[in-house]
Amino acid sequence: MSTKLVQGYEVVIGFETHAQLSTQSKIFSRAPIAFGAEPNTQACAVDLALPGTLPVMNKGAVERAIQLGLTLGSHIAPKSIFARKNYFYPDLPKGYQISQFEIPVVQGGEVSFFLNDEKKTVRLVRAHLEEDAGKSLHEDFVGMTGIDLNRAGTPLLEIVTEPDMRSSDEAVAYAKELHKIVTWIGICDGNMQEGSFRCDANVSVRKPGAEMGTRREIKNLNSFKFMQQAIDFEVRWQIDQIEDGQAIQQATVLFDPDTGETRAMRTKEDAADYRYFPDPDLPPLVIDEEWIARVRSEMRELPRVMAERFVRDYGLPEYDAAMLTQSQQMAVYFEAVAKACSQAKLASNWIMGDLSRRLNAQEMTFEQMPIKAATLALLITRIQDGTLSNNAGKQVLDALWVEGGDVDTIIVSKGLKQMNDTGALETIVDEVIASNADNVAQLRAGKEKAFNALVGQVMKASKGKANPQKVNDLLKIKLS
Amino acid sequence: MDELNRGGVAELAQQLRNKKISAVELSQHFLKRAKADQHGSFLQNGFNEEATFRQAREADALIAKGDASPLLGVPIAHKDIFVTQDFVTTAGSQMLNGYQSPFDATVVRNLGVGHGGAGMVTIGKLNCDEFAMGSSNENSAYSVVKNPWDASRIPGGSSGGSAAAVAACVVPAATGTDTGGSIRQPASFCGITGIKPTYGRASRYGMISYASSLDQAGPMARSAQDCALLLSSMCAPDLDRDSTSLDIAREDFSKNLMTPLKSAGKNGALKIGVPHEWSMGTTARGKAKQIDESISLNISNALKQLQQSGAQLVEIDLPHAHLAIPVYYIIASAEASSNLSRFDGVKFGHRTSSPVDLIDMYKKTRTEGFGDEVLRRIMIGAYVLSHGYYDAYYLKAQKIRRLIAKDFEAAFQACDVIAGPVAPTVAWKLGDKADDPVANYLADIFTLPASLAGLPGMSIPVGLDGANMPIGMQLIGNYLYESLLLNVAHQFQTITSHHTLKAGGVV
Repeated sequence: MSTKLVQGYEVVIGFETHAQLSTQSKIFSRAPIAFGAEPNTQACAVDLALPGTLPVMNKGAVERAIQLGLTLGSHIAPKSIFARKNYFYPDLPKGYQISQFEIPVVQGGEVSFFLNDEKKTVRLVRAHLEEDAGKSLHEDFVGMTGIDLNRAGTPLLEIVTEPDMRSSDEAVAYAKELHKIVTWIGICDGNMQEGSFRCDANVSVRKPGAEMGTRREIKNLNSFKFMQQAIDFEVRWQIDQIEDGQAIQQATVLFDPDTGETRAMRTKEDAADYRYFPDPDLPPLVIDEEWIARVRSEMRELPRVMAERFVRDYGLPEYDAAMLTQSQQMAVYFEAVAKACSQAKLASNWIMGDLSRRLNAQEMTFEQMPIKAATLALLITRIQDGTLSNNAGKQVLDALWVEGGDVDTIIVSKGLKQMNDTGALETIVDEVIASNADNVAQLRAGKEKAFNALVGQVMKASKGKANPQKVNDLLKIKLS
Repeated sequence: MDELNRGGVAELAQQLRNKKISAVELSQHFLKRAKADQHGSFLQNGFNEEATFRQAREADALIAKGDASPLLGVPIAHKDIFVTQDFVTTAGSQMLNGYQSPFDATVVRNLGVGHGGAGMVTIGKLNCDEFAMGSSNENSAYSVVKNPWDASRIPGGSSGGSAAAVAACVVPAATGTDTGGSIRQPASFCGITGIKPTYGRASRYGMISYASSLDQAGPMARSAQDCALLLSSMCAPDLDRDSTSLDIAREDFSKNLMTPLKSAGKNGALKIGVPHEWSMGTTARGKAKQIDESISLNISNALKQLQQSGAQLVEIDLPHAHLAIPVYYIIASAEASSNLSRFDGVKFGHRTSSPVDLIDMYKKTRTEGFGDEVLRRIMIGAYVLSHGYYDAYYLKAQKIRRLIAKDFEAAFQACDVIAGPVAPTVAWKLGDKADDPVANYLADIFTLPASLAGLPGMSIPVGLDGANMPIGMQLIGNYLYESLLLNVAHQFQTITSHHTLKAGGVV
């Protein structure tokens, strides 16, 4: 692993990500989940912790955890335990949060991704199921706090990594990859603004080879941009502290996007004793092989598996396969094009090149791709069979992007058909040789550049339509 | 009217079906008795006449249509630990003074009118120890409950109101809950019959949690036959609401009542295991002094009568049973400390009037809302779960709990049911142990082991002591063997009349 040092320090980052699971109802009740609903309209008796209510596990949440575990090559615990994390807070209705503590449902596994063409792997410690708390609303009330329990009981999967990341770039790339995976397999909608995918980064620094430094945890990073800014600030702050001879105190910090700074919320000394113990209202979560097999059979093809298949079946470079499987829409699109034109590498080049560039420029996603896969496949076929030059192909793409339509019609209407007819080309070549005697003389004198000038003259004379390869061949024959 | 008062559940149901009386008339009768009751069994605010009569009218309409359900129209009262839509629910606590639940507990639903329930009419809510914590009912925030056999004595707890009301014939039946003996001990102290089923048989949904891994609901009535009828309706899987509910179909617990003891066992004659650690009667060995002599004597006599009816007595060992008290008070308190965290003044129940800040609100709300025993158990529970103490207390208690369960597992290889005392004494005087929580805890020694193992247990009257106070015998069955317990109890009750004795002054 190449390590980028900052002022001589190695940066060490581990992540804890809370992915809100995309179930219809809550993790321990049958209340629906909807973001932005009127306060306290999405909370039932169980969510309000009314006397006598009890939790019942939502199987859909468990299946989503199993899906992630299968995706990341983790061990799915045959028996995991729900525990109670006890603390008082007004938006925590029961006075405890149900979470997995000692034995989580997903154990181990890894996330692999490319950072600047270099393959990176981050190991997972675990992923465990838990319920979200409600929200305390301080802004809308004077001298009081409003409590909205709509979010209470929303299922979360907390995904915890080893401290394997060595830069903010790597951390962000990991977060993006994890985000891609959870949205790909459909267990989380990935909406970061609404808090469906929230990251906490544990950051420390050390001199290379030294013991792990003391870490500070940056909570609730809800955009990739803030993630990078927050970690970069935190790293500089910690190095400054150490350089000033100060020790780092273990602490939880918040990132303020307005100032671009992190500040401590609480230190280890105020750490609460959560009095964890197994929740006696919930028996151990038992997952047998059959359940795992059923979940596996219902899962869509994973990006990793799909990428491997692209390399195997289409002969793509590993890098191309990894890039094409960044989003499911892109991967599906690629495969449709590759199958229709039998030119996988060209399809990959067009998709990763021109199409992605255009989408990015217009801040569009692959879901909004205006050109159908069959259309791109035909365009590639027309280049391949010599009907279009590469340049003309790009002109056709321009037209398709803006006006839509049909490849062959555009080639005709814009007059982009490549000149392949040997007789017609010979006529032009002969004329060019006749009227460019000095170039011919220079070439004969050994000046190779003169050949290119002659090719250019032929292309000009054909208004760019001549097939360059054929022009080359003809010129070589005529001048040899 | 005397006949009505003493009528059991089965008899009253018969009279209803024969149109000798209507459910409305029965409700009027028992509501009047309940309101006039001098033992404090009912909570003052535990009535809702309009709801009681509405339920009774519905029951009458069903009877008129020919519905012959075995409990239809019979009055019942519920321990105030079950939440009810039609009645206020307090759990015997100031914390829930006036609390109105938006739903009925599953047990209340299963017994009640409509929703496929048994059609019983609710008379009202019964006093109990606060959040079911206690053995004397003296921990209720509302009023003292007196034992109908001697008003200067406690009725037992925590289902003290239930036991006293049934013993005083104020209602023919009541629900109770048993965490460490809260059905069996008051049933014993008040001379009635009560059964706690296997953990998971009765849904805990709507039963306000004290100790989740131990709490079970059960019926309290004046005969094993009535208990069997009631239990058959109470118990049904409730998998959508209670994760600890057992996935076992409804059972007719009356079906084996008539089986003779000589063939009730798994290998022919019923084998009754008598733990020599509980030292009594024919197998007395060792610490007999811990148990009142009259209790040992009466249980010994009862065992002899069972023997004469065809049962065999075998001696068994429960080597870890004596550890049940510390184990129970660690586990139950740990769970209680967490279960009661929801009573924080934020969403429902009591909230202190003018807190200076959030922490102050929590402190004052909970100090004002909870009684001493509840506060004590919350503190014990928080302590044993604390960082650094967890392994030494909670974890160790869980290990011993498994050893206690294994003792029973081994014992049931040698016997079909286990018999012994319910408590080492009869009901004590009001105030006697009020200032001595440990003395109260020690009185639970015989009921706690079955609770910790999750086994079904019951109490049946086996006689009176010299002061005319009732003595109960405990029967413990293997998992899901409720019908065998009820069979043994019913067979005993067909050859004896202890269960028909009434406290003096009860009319």
